[in-house]
Amino acid sequence: MLNLLRNLDRRLIFLIMGLAVAIPVLMRFEPPSEVTMMDQNVFDAVQDLPDGSRVLLSFDFDPGSQGELLPMAMSFTRHLAEKKHKIYFMCLWPLGEPFIEDAMKLLQEEYPHLKYGTDYVSFGYKPGGEAVIKNIIVDWKQLFITDSRKQDLKEIPMTMKLKSAKSMDLLISISAGDPGTKQWIQYAATPAKLPMVSGCTGVQAPLFYPYIPDPLSGLLAAIKGAAGYEKIMSEHYPDLKTPAFVKSRFSSTAAQQRMGPQFVAHLLMVALILLGNVIFFIDRSQGNA
Amino acid sequence: MIAKRTIPLFIAALVGVLMIATYFVPYTEKWGADAMEMFIILAAAAMVLGAGNLLLLNLSKISNRQPGWGYAGITLTAFFVTLIIGLFKIGAMPTSSAATNAWTAPVVQEGSPFWWIYKYGLVPLTATMFAMLAFYIASAAFRAFRAKNVEATLLLGTAFIVLLGQVYAGVWLTDFLPTLESYVAGFPAASQEFVLAVGMQVKAGVPLTDVVVGGVAYANMVGEHHALAIETNNYIGGWWYQLLNGLRLENLTQVILDVPQKAGNRAIMIGIALGIVSTSLKVILGVDRSYLGSAD
Repeated sequence: MLNLLRNLDRRLIFLIMGLAVAIPVLMRFEPPSEVTMMDQNVFDAVQDLPDGSRVLLSFDFDPGSQGELLPMAMSFTRHLAEKKHKIYFMCLWPLGEPFIEDAMKLLQEEYPHLKYGTDYVSFGYKPGGEAVIKNIIVDWKQLFITDSRKQDLKEIPMTMKLKSAKSMDLLISISAGDPGTKQWIQYAATPAKLPMVSGCTGVQAPLFYPYIPDPLSGLLAAIKGAAGYEKIMSEHYPDLKTPAFVKSRFSSTAAQQRMGPQFVAHLLMVALILLGNVIFFIDRSQGNA
Repeated sequence: MIAKRTIPLFIAALVGVLMIATYFVPYTEKWGADAMEMFIILAAAAMVLGAGNLLLLNLSKISNRQPGWGYAGITLTAFFVTLIIGLFKIGAMPTSSAATNAWTAPVVQEGSPFWWIYKYGLVPLTATMFAMLAFYIASAAFRAFRAKNVEATLLLGTAFIVLLGQVYAGVWLTDFLPTLESYVAGFPAASQEFVLAVGMQVKAGVPLTDVVVGGVAYANMVGEHHALAIETNNYIGGWWYQLLNGLRLENLTQVILDVPQKAGNRAIMIGIALGIVSTSLKVILGVDRSYLGSAD
């Protein structure tokens, strides 16, 4: 038995992991989501702004991270729409732009009273990373002459009088790496003293803890943070619990649904580590390790 | 010599000093933005260089029939198909803002060929790549994550706590340890709201004398409420509750992230920042000229 475990075929581990993820997905297993203080801080940063505030929402991720970050991107979009904030979409990653289009589609479908140009606008992708941030913090129109639809910024109500990113009331960066939250902190939130919150992947979260609480007032870490945010959202806006939102293309409970497979996969990982160590200690006691 | 050494050194020094000045002299902000705009243009040009490099490398692989040359062919085909469709907006549809001009269409327009490549090519491929990590990490964790010495044991213990604390498993496994909610549940229904309000304030570090419930300050509380407030303060503020509640996995995870992790990361970040300052000064002052090429 011990020999079998010692030489466990890795394909068997792959199969078990596959089942650990697939079964909760198929059975729609959804453990309760815990709301942390950090999730609440992020929610409060958006909620406490007066209705109609200007919020810059940057989608700094690509399809590789959409499993972790897209649910929170959609939650932020919904929250900003519920609060009637003016949303300025942009991205520092070339493949972030389709997600902006998705978010705008969500606004068209779920909040049809909000109009492009007066309630939300997209600047799309601009190459340059931190250079883009440094430029828009001084003079927005030096870098952006048009929006992502090639409309002159002077003709769009939301951007007519926009001078720089300093006029934003809140920055939100959803980040999967560089350029992302770190650059927004270094080149916008800190020098211009702008309030900022962020959502990021699990591996990035520890890197941003040193920036909390100043200049980062809150951080949604990976799918767990997104699930907590969704839970707070549904408590404040009960409509989000209705089938129309839950079963929509971008479900209002997408992150909470993904906590099931993560729960089982984490338990499996712990079990595998324990098993590996039991074998190691038995081997060592027998003088084999 | 002047074109190859002196002028690049002068440009580096000038732009370096300018970028430092933008942080301290508001008047120079605009100049800094101009310099960054030039950087953006250079970065865009670098993208062309990168594409050229990709082309040369893969063409040489194909021409030399190196192992895996077929993959190089696939890379180049995918590169050119995506480039041409995206660059010339092939199949893009006009938008409502410019009904006669398809060039105004967004880069990834739903239903266009470029969108099709993105949606049904790139998205599943990248998602698959990342999804495979779970399998490899599971296998690696089983084979390599061993408590071989003190350092490895500490790492293992921390990983355990954070792994479990990040999911509901943490709450579930240490559910027997007390929380404010479980303490409140032990009171009659009529008192629960009051105890919860006091408990939350004590938990947030509010001294008992400053506690206010329903607009009534602690000093003005009478009878049962006064006694309940003292009892709640003694329990929630007491070391026994603090210790047991702190041992809940979700709280331990937060302590690990908030204290040792944050302290370690801050130390590393400050070290890196000092290193960057030192290296940048060397470049600005012309001491470090390695960026000019090996001859310098």
